[in-house]
Amino acid sequence: MVIGLEVHCQLKTRTKLFCACPNRYGADPNTLVCPVCLGLPGALPVLNRTAFELAIRTGLALGCEVAAETKFDRKNYFYPDLSKGYQISQFDRPLNRRGALAIDAPGGKMTVGITRAHLEEDAGKLIHADGEEAGGFSFVDFNRCGVPLVEIVSEPDMRTPEEAYAYLMALKSLLEYVEVSDCDMEKGSLRCDANISIRRPGAPFGTRTEIKNLNSFKAVAKAIEHEAHRHAGILEAGGRIEQMTLTWDAVAEKTLPLRSKEDAHDYRYFPEPDLVPVTAPADLQDRIRAALPEPPAARRERYVRELGLPPYDAGVLTADKAVAELFDRLRAEGLPPKVASNWVMSRLLAVLNDRKLGPAIFLPKVTRIADIAKALEAKTITNQVAGELLAWVLDSVETETVAARIASLGLAQVSDAGALEAIVREVVARNPKIVADYRGGKPSAVQALVGQVMKDTKGKANATVARELLLKVLG
Amino acid sequence: VPLGHTNLDEFAMGSSTENSAFGPTRNPWDLSRAPGGSSGGTAAAVAARMAAIGFGSDTGGSIRQPAALSGVCGMKPTYGRVSRWGLIAFASSLDQIGPFGRTVRDAARFLGVMSGHDPQDSTSSVRPVPDFEATLEDGVKGLRLGVPKEFFGAGLDPAVERCVRDALRVLESAGAVLVDISLPHTSHGIAAYYVIAPCEASSNLARFDGVRYGHRTARSGSMLEMYRRSRTEGFGEEVRRRILLGTFALSSGYYDAYYVKALRVRRLIKDDFDAAFRGVDAIVGPTSPIPAFPLGEKASDPIAMYLCDALTVTGNLAGIPGLSVPCGFTPAGLPVGLQILGHDWDEERVLRIGRAYERETPWSGKEPPL
Repeated sequence: MVIGLEVHCQLKTRTKLFCACPNRYGADPNTLVCPVCLGLPGALPVLNRTAFELAIRTGLALGCEVAAETKFDRKNYFYPDLSKGYQISQFDRPLNRRGALAIDAPGGKMTVGITRAHLEEDAGKLIHADGEEAGGFSFVDFNRCGVPLVEIVSEPDMRTPEEAYAYLMALKSLLEYVEVSDCDMEKGSLRCDANISIRRPGAPFGTRTEIKNLNSFKAVAKAIEHEAHRHAGILEAGGRIEQMTLTWDAVAEKTLPLRSKEDAHDYRYFPEPDLVPVTAPADLQDRIRAALPEPPAARRERYVRELGLPPYDAGVLTADKAVAELFDRLRAEGLPPKVASNWVMSRLLAVLNDRKLGPAIFLPKVTRIADIAKALEAKTITNQVAGELLAWVLDSVETETVAARIASLGLAQVSDAGALEAIVREVVARNPKIVADYRGGKPSAVQALVGQVMKDTKGKANATVARELLLKVLG
Repeated sequence: VPLGHTNLDEFAMGSSTENSAFGPTRNPWDLSRAPGGSSGGTAAAVAARMAAIGFGSDTGGSIRQPAALSGVCGMKPTYGRVSRWGLIAFASSLDQIGPFGRTVRDAARFLGVMSGHDPQDSTSSVRPVPDFEATLEDGVKGLRLGVPKEFFGAGLDPAVERCVRDALRVLESAGAVLVDISLPHTSHGIAAYYVIAPCEASSNLARFDGVRYGHRTARSGSMLEMYRRSRTEGFGEEVRRRILLGTFALSSGYYDAYYVKALRVRRLIKDDFDAAFRGVDAIVGPTSPIPAFPLGEKASDPIAMYLCDALTVTGNLAGIPGLSVPCGFTPAGLPVGLQILGHDWDEERVLRIGRAYERETPWSGKEPPL
């Protein structure tokens, strides 16, 4: 298989690419529109500087050569969601060229080349009533028309659906990291078309077909697999692959022809006369490059190399930029790397998943979370109390310090044998059956008694000391 | 205070104001003749004293040519001087809005008001706007005026030539120095223009699809049918002709042969002017090769109609400012226009030359016999 992917990602700008309409998802139809993005007569485009800089940032993050001077071109075709009858895009002098993305494919690390990454505007959205265009009505919502996109075209370097999947995951992670896009396929801020051909190893590339309407990374992998088989079937039967564009039917899980080469659009590209060429001089590129956040792969390697974290932990921590930041902030509060990593991975992420929150919710509370972790490390409190304190930090608006709360509520771990002995004896007296089990040859029964001591002390008993005392009392 | 809308050739495509869904406009000097176009409505309105000033747009001569044929002043500013925001785009790299007036001063003042950078038009210049009236009366003493031999070739009506040559003599007496110059690629202007302009227009007019506004056919079928019928019904013949021309010239396999080639010719035409302006301060000659023609005479001969623009299109292709001022009448009583072209951003001097000529002559005071 020879696979190339075209990814369109919406840039996280406040306004659209060529007008001041808000760049926002989910608004009522046709409320985020103006003469420019509606293509009213007499309207003219004005380039959004932030979008331009985010596109440069995207290119630099992908290791591309950024053009010192670039221009826009008109891509002409008719469709109801394209308000001007042309899309302002880039044709022969794209902003970014010749980059690369390192990915972790199942077969090992590999590099996928990036042919180009250019800036263009999005079209609107068609909504079909009754599921049919003829017969029913079709509605057009222009809220999305004019939203800035970067189109990232990969070299045909991928050879398996798994590699394609890994590429998409790596690309999404990178684009989120450098904060150019939300990369949310469900909201349409990341879309993917796949190009695929097959050949015998070493033979020249075969004829390729293009698959559109892929709504998830999994769909991309499935569609590629399906289409490769379709190609194989044709070739094995002695036929020829016809170059065409297909759509992915996610329900039936197969590709269906959309248009053939003959029906292919002639876009009649020509330079956009309403916009002047734009420059990306070296000092602008340098400024943007300097402001680039550390890419996930480099951060992962640094965590392993400098902080001594196991690769698995480093991977979990860097998969999401906000999680990595949380980790870094906890360390800045003085937690050793392994402690901070354990807290993030085993406690904080669990709470986030449970409550469906984002990691950023913890950031204002890092100092107090770190204090809890330190108290636990110092054995001032037990595991259970640590959990309770964490919940309190999250949910309460009180500003009491952790130390103060431990003191005021008497949450400190009780390790004093003298203090615990009475409780231990009480627990033993209360549970003749479990005691009998223990004495009858089931040493693990003591755990149930430890649990009760913990309950009686509201989790404050030092479990180790409690266990020792119980064993002593039980004889 | 806007007094009203005026008639024009549909989408500014035409040289006679006959391509209008509202019917043709008549030349106030001879009601059986065209006022020129595409901004013929404004030219006629100003000529007929319905209004003192009016807007036009000039893509290939559509202000200057009707100004000449209707006996008023009309100016196309340097490309980028006046914002195109709000102008229904015909050919984006050529269109400019400009003033009509009875006198050069009126045109100058009106131009000053409409000029200036507009952040909503990326092609509008940030160059500061001078007071176009400040040097208006400074005369032409010592100014070098180029007279292009290509503007006086075959196809120039003898009566028009006589008026224009008289005008040049007036300028000479006022102290200007006339210099023979050559703009060798002038004859290729029409060909280049009638590739570039329709190409851009075919794209600019794609938005008229009946989806969001404008005419939508009553007989809808599939999406493609809706588009095709709405556009066929909604656009006039000349507009459809140019859209087809432009679509063809941009299409795969023809783009290099036509569009790119035309852009090269455009460059050569600009170079001609740049070279000329190294030796002269402005260029003078006729605006239109012929005076006002009878309504209907050229309506069925598009090429003949296109040739009306032969002397004005090169100004648009080069982006330079151009003014037409009345310079007399043919024996039949039809107005003739003197064209003054300046280098980029030199509207002041162009207007000054026009005023120097105007104050030595009685034309601005003449009114049509209505």
